[in-house]
Amino acid sequence: MKLYDYELSGNCYKIRLMLSILRVGYETQTIDFYPGAEHKSDWFLEINPLGQLPVIEDEGRVLRDAQAILTYLAVKHDNSSQWYPASEPARLGEVAQWLAFADGITGTASAARLHDGLFYDLDVEAARKGAHRLFRILDEHLWFAEQQGQDWICSGDHPTIADIACFPYVALSEEGGISRQDYPAIRRWMDRVKRIRGFVGMSGVFPASPAADGSAQTAA
Amino acid sequence: MTHTKCTDPVVLEQWHPLISDRELADLGEFRTTLLERPLTIKHGARGIATVTADGPGASPKVLQQYGYVWASFGQDPNSLFPFPEFEEPDRRFVPTGVFGVNVSAGRAVENFLDMGHFPYVHTGILGEEPHTEVKEYDVEVSETRDEVVATRCRFYQPKAALASDEGADVEYTYRVPHPNCALLYKSSPADPSRRDVIYLFLQPMGEEWVRAHTGMCILDEDNTDESIRYFQQVIFGQDKPILENQHPKRLPLDPRAETPIRADKTAIAYRRWLSQKGLTYGVISVAA
Repeated sequence: MKLYDYELSGNCYKIRLMLSILRVGYETQTIDFYPGAEHKSDWFLEINPLGQLPVIEDEGRVLRDAQAILTYLAVKHDNSSQWYPASEPARLGEVAQWLAFADGITGTASAARLHDGLFYDLDVEAARKGAHRLFRILDEHLWFAEQQGQDWICSGDHPTIADIACFPYVALSEEGGISRQDYPAIRRWMDRVKRIRGFVGMSGVFPASPAADGSAQTAA
Repeated sequence: MTHTKCTDPVVLEQWHPLISDRELADLGEFRTTLLERPLTIKHGARGIATVTADGPGASPKVLQQYGYVWASFGQDPNSLFPFPEFEEPDRRFVPTGVFGVNVSAGRAVENFLDMGHFPYVHTGILGEEPHTEVKEYDVEVSETRDEVVATRCRFYQPKAALASDEGADVEYTYRVPHPNCALLYKSSPADPSRRDVIYLFLQPMGEEWVRAHTGMCILDEDNTDESIRYFQQVIFGQDKPILENQHPKRLPLDPRAETPIRADKTAIAYRRWLSQKGLTYGVISVAA
């Protein structure tokens, strides 16, 4: 399997993170997203007419969209059906709901980061405001989940691809001037994600410090 | 409307980097901010750049050197620091990108000068535990050249450059020839008798928001520009959250404001040098 990848992209990171957790080997082809804008080049637009990363090629198929790729990988490589609970309608509905929410995070928190870091011309105040609105909703949701003894975005004892989809641009939000100081439940959830076995970071997302005996890693 | 918010004559008299010649040639026109003043840069005939202030107010002086367009609001800015390696014909000049960072220029320079963070921030690349010691090194302020120089900086690096095959003790020299520009010389994996140069040129957009122009002048015939750029972007992306979490964002110049350790000798000399210049922009000056 090949991943068209850019290190600093949070959406590409979602895929690298999922593949690491699922222990799936893959090759990468680096796309010169910045400053080369290779994702808008003619050859890449033939692969993805939307001009967006990530894209995978697997067994002759091309698949774009971070959330779609997460779905595909989880169903293909997770025999326990924990990451994508295909046979549980209620939980699967939650997963789909929060995958859409992750796209909202990309449209706000990621946009603010692109403005501050890579000088994208957009309304950064509107992007930050939108991100705070979503973070407030996520923080309250996670707080109530914790009261029910739940660690993850969707119900159940195991994380799902919804956690992976929402994590990167929450974790990178400060690069867009969006503080997480007012979202303690989000911060606790981030620490739990970082303890999932197989977790890897990216430039800008540091792993949790290793627990002395490794026992804090979530079995996954 | 016509005044610059920055009134610090030390900063106003400096040349400031705005954009690489290559990026400007690609874009044709670019808008940016320097010292809180919006500017438009245009690529003209034969690669000559023009810089105009948006709105009323005098346009800055322009200089094109070392692959970049520089601007100054000063009356008589000094010539730019020497960078002889830039002219060496067998070197590759690779601008590795420009990134916005929410921090002062001084904090960004200091991070660039610091070896102590390598094992923790650039784990597996520029350092790794247990090789955490910053060995004794030398620092001087060169009076003839008016720059801070740190020499004999040695550090174990698992992957010092893209062209490195294995971990090695790497020797660094740092130069800070400009309050907002620093150059790093490190042993070249391609030719041990010469040194690669990595630069950080900071464009202060405001006191706590900079554009960080990074790049290299290196001996490497094997790797592509894209992969060299990518390697450097990975490193810079790791530094970014550390930089943006510095508090305060402006650089305190009072030696009592923060507690240095011996590994911070270069930073101590740098802060003293800035104090002696009377710099006030982007720093917290020593109380009178």
